[in-house]
Order: sequence, then C-alpha cells, then structure tokens
Amino acid sequence: MTTIAPEDTGHEALFDATIAAEERIEPRDWMPDGYRASLVRQIAQHAHSEIIGMQPEANWITRAPSLRRKAILMAKVQDEAGHGLYLYSAAETLGTGRDELLDKLHTGRQRYSSIFNYPTLTWADVGAIGWLVDGAAITNQVPLCRCSYGPYARAMVRICKEESFHQRQGYELLLTLSRGTKAQHAMAQDAVDRWWWPSLMMFGPPDDESAHSAQSMAWKIKRHSNDELRQRFVDICVPQAEALGLTLPDPDLRWNDERGHWDFGPIDWTEFHEVLRGNGPCNDERIGRRRRAHEEGAWVREAAAAHAARHPARSPHRGTDQEEAAR
Amino acid sequence: MPLGDDALILSHRLGEWAGNAPVLEEEVALANIALDLLGQARILLSLAGDEDELAYLREERQFRNVQLVEQPNGDFAHTIARQLYFSTYQELLYGHLATTDSELAPLAGKAVKETAYHRDHAEQWTLRLGDGTDESHTRMQRALDALWRYTGELFDPVDGLAGVPWQTLHDTWTARITATVERATLTVPTGPRHGAWTAGGGRQGIHTEPFGRLLAEMQHLHRSHPGATW
Repeated sequence: MTTIAPEDTGHEALFDATIAAEERIEPRDWMPDGYRASLVRQIAQHAHSEIIGMQPEANWITRAPSLRRKAILMAKVQDEAGHGLYLYSAAETLGTGRDELLDKLHTGRQRYSSIFNYPTLTWADVGAIGWLVDGAAITNQVPLCRCSYGPYARAMVRICKEESFHQRQGYELLLTLSRGTKAQHAMAQDAVDRWWWPSLMMFGPPDDESAHSAQSMAWKIKRHSNDELRQRFVDICVPQAEALGLTLPDPDLRWNDERGHWDFGPIDWTEFHEVLRGNGPCNDERIGRRRRAHEEGAWVREAAAAHAARHPARSPHRGTDQEEAAR
Repeated sequence: MPLGDDALILSHRLGEWAGNAPVLEEEVALANIALDLLGQARILLSLAGDEDELAYLREERQFRNVQLVEQPNGDFAHTIARQLYFSTYQELLYGHLATTDSELAPLAGKAVKETAYHRDHAEQWTLRLGDGTDESHTRMQRALDALWRYTGELFDPVDGLAGVPWQTLHDTWTARITATVERATLTVPTGPRHGAWTAGGGRQGIHTEPFGRLLAEMQHLHRSHPGATW
C-alpha cells in the first residue's frame, strides 16, 4: 500500500486534474483513500442527521395546532426520511452499506449534527427549527451542490430545493406566531432565544480548530470555511429577525461598517464540545429512540428477508418504487 | 363527516409512527399514507364546516369515526392489520361513491387511487409478515384476530350516505380479505364482529378508552389558545 506503482501515479494525476478542472469524481473513478474516507464520514454524518433530525419535529406531529400545519409538518418529516435515503445511497456508491452506517450511528462511532440534541419544548420550536436550523443547513449545503463528488453533489441539489421550502415554511410559522396573540409572540421569541446559539454551532468549530477543513477544501468537498459560512448565516438572519419582529439573543450583535458584516458575540464552545461528547440535553434520548426503533423493527426486517428469499420473483424494491410513484 | 373523522383519526395514529418505523422506507410509506388520509379528512371536514373547529373543538362523544381507526398502533403487525381492514373498506366505499352523483363523488374519485395504494401496501406487508418468519407469522395472526371485532361496524349504514349497497361491500370486502389472508398462509378470524359486547359504537359517538387520550393530545395546544390563528 505504501509503494506507489507507476499506474497509480497516473490515477492520482488524473484525479488531481479532474478536481482542478472543477469536474466531478464518479463512483468508478480512482480516488485517494483519504478522499473516500472523508466523504463516507461526511455523507454518513449528514444522512444520520436527517434521520435523528426527524425526532425533534416528529415530537410535535400529534400536537400540531391546525390541520394545515400538521400536514406541512408530516410532509417535512417524511422529506427528511427521504433525504436520509438519498444520502445513504450516495454513501453506498463509495463501497459502504446502509446497515454498516446505521450500526456505526447506533454504537456512537459516527456522529450526527449536534443541533438535534436540543429539545422541542413548544410549538414555536418547530418554526425556529425551520427558520434557523434549516437555514443554517442550507447555508452549509448549497455549496455542496458543487462538491467534487458527483453522487453527493446531485443528492444535494434535490435536498436543497426541499430544504429551502421547509425553511420558508418555518419562517412563515414564526411570522404567524409573532403577529398573533401576546402568548404566541412570547412563544416565538422564547424559541428563537433557545435555538439561536445552537444554530450558529451547526457550522462547526472555528477555522483554527477545524480538523478536516483544509483537506476538504483542497479536495473541493468543502467550498468555504466554517467561519465564513457562519458569518454569511448571521448576515442573512439579522434582517430576517427584524422582519419577523423578533430579537436575537446576542447583546454584542451590531453592524460593522468596515467589514460590511454583522459582528456577533462569542460562542460557548464548551457547550458545543459537551453536546458532541454526548452530554447535551437529548443525546441519550435521541440515540436511544433510534436504537429502539431499529431493535423493535428487527423482526419485521427479518420477515421481509425471509419472505423475499422464499419468493424471489417479487422484486425487493417494489415497495420503494411505489412510494416514489405515489409522491 | 363520519368518513372525514375516519381519515383524520387514522392519519393521526399513523403520524405517531414518525421516527419509529422498522425501516426508513416505511418511515416514508407510513407518512405518505398519513398525509393522503389527512388530505382526505381536510376536504371532507371542510364540506361539513370549519376543518379546525371540527377537528380540535369537538369532544369525544361528537366524533363519528369507526372504532377501528382509533385503535392504538401496537406493533407493526397491528398497524398493518388495521390498515388492511380499513383500506380495503375505504377502497370499496370510495369506488362506489365515485360512480354516484353525490357531492363526494369528485373526492372519492381521487381518493380511491390513493386508497388502492394504501391497500396494496398493507397487502404486501400482510404477505411478508404472514409468510415470513415464525415470529412474524404469529404476530400477524394475533393482530388480525385482535382487530377483527372492530370490522363489523365498517358496514353499518352511515348518516348522510344514502343508497350505498352495504351488504355488497361487506361481501366483497370479506372475499378480498379472505384471499389475502389465506395467501399470507394465515387464518381468517372467526370471532364476533357485531353485538353489544363487540365493537361498533363509533358512528354514534361511542368510542374506546384510548380515544379520549388521543384527542387530549391532538387538541391540547389548539384549545389552550382560544381564538388564535396558527
């Protein structure tokens, strides 16, 4: 493995040239082991985040206060499961399997976004998640539509379209609350107060502490640094908060004419690291529920496998195709 | 309105599966069915009045859904059995209504396509679970048996729906369910489906105990903010 055969050098040169020319790497192309591993890690984490991210919102499906909102929320949670499916498929093109990735999630060997370890305590949290959490996700993910790995970039195009739709719905939910009764306005403000800082943490550690950033940028998996994206997000949110009639919980937030950006206060990185370490408010619940769903569903998956083995004529993907057609 | 209540309550039960399904594909499928049913409920309730007022401000005794749809999810087999019984019924009823000149005909015409998909989904799973492993076979049989007593009510005449050939629907339903259940190597249950001590009061607003709790959860937030818009 350590000695490079002449033909490998050729592969590597071709890979470098493809990246430099802004062309896409495809599943059958040669790629450096580190590139492959880095993508598996990132795509899996992204897929896991979609799956775990269903929980805080699903928490409110049965309590949604109007049928219209209930339908929107159900559709959104369904989309998240769909995003998880695309992303696991994209990861599978790199030679790994969904079962293996889920196993790594369930045993804590792979992560998901720290944001989903926060609880949804009121209905307004559903709006705050749409506006801030999906907003941060979009800021992070739109550049991934130009990521150098083809299957990931293509999955992101589809995902980003649906995410921006969700984000607008979240914004509109908060706007309705903000303009509603006093109690509704207070509910909206409280949700924004609780979700603002965790949303800023979604961009990851500051640039000087980000372990994978430089290499990911060189490989054109990532296009912008964590801090750049975070700043972009703050700049977008401040006028939106104003339009919503809500405040952001940061006394240091002020316009900086020189930089042409909003300055903002320091992030509590201790909290961030604690949440990553598993000590956030809902880490145990989230992973526990995911594991339980998987374990309790084992007999169903075994039945499907046994049935498919006994009746090979029926395509195992039939259900999925129908679901696609029905959407 | 009784049909709207059926769709509303079953949709709610399916919504409880979100994040708990045995495979990701089923997260998508169950949510998909729940959304179709919620869409039907919204149209049907809107024909009778304000959808939110009807969903959130009526009490238990005013709901007209069959008891079958309010039954708790149980394990995946219970959910599938409930869906098989109900979707087969709904497909037949909507299929009939689509051919009439009732105000429900346009809705029924659209819904019958969704319902055919729901029924097919439930049938496929009945086959997989019935003819899967020993455990899944046992669980599927148990689920079919447990919910059987809630199926008689499906064919009681419904207020506001004149001219529905209930007996024909019942016979066709029984034939279809029998065919699927037997294909799944399972046995059609034989217990009672009607009479005082079996199920059957839903259309008169007599429900089972879990229903009150379902409504408490569903209506709590809406009721806590009287007059608010969402």
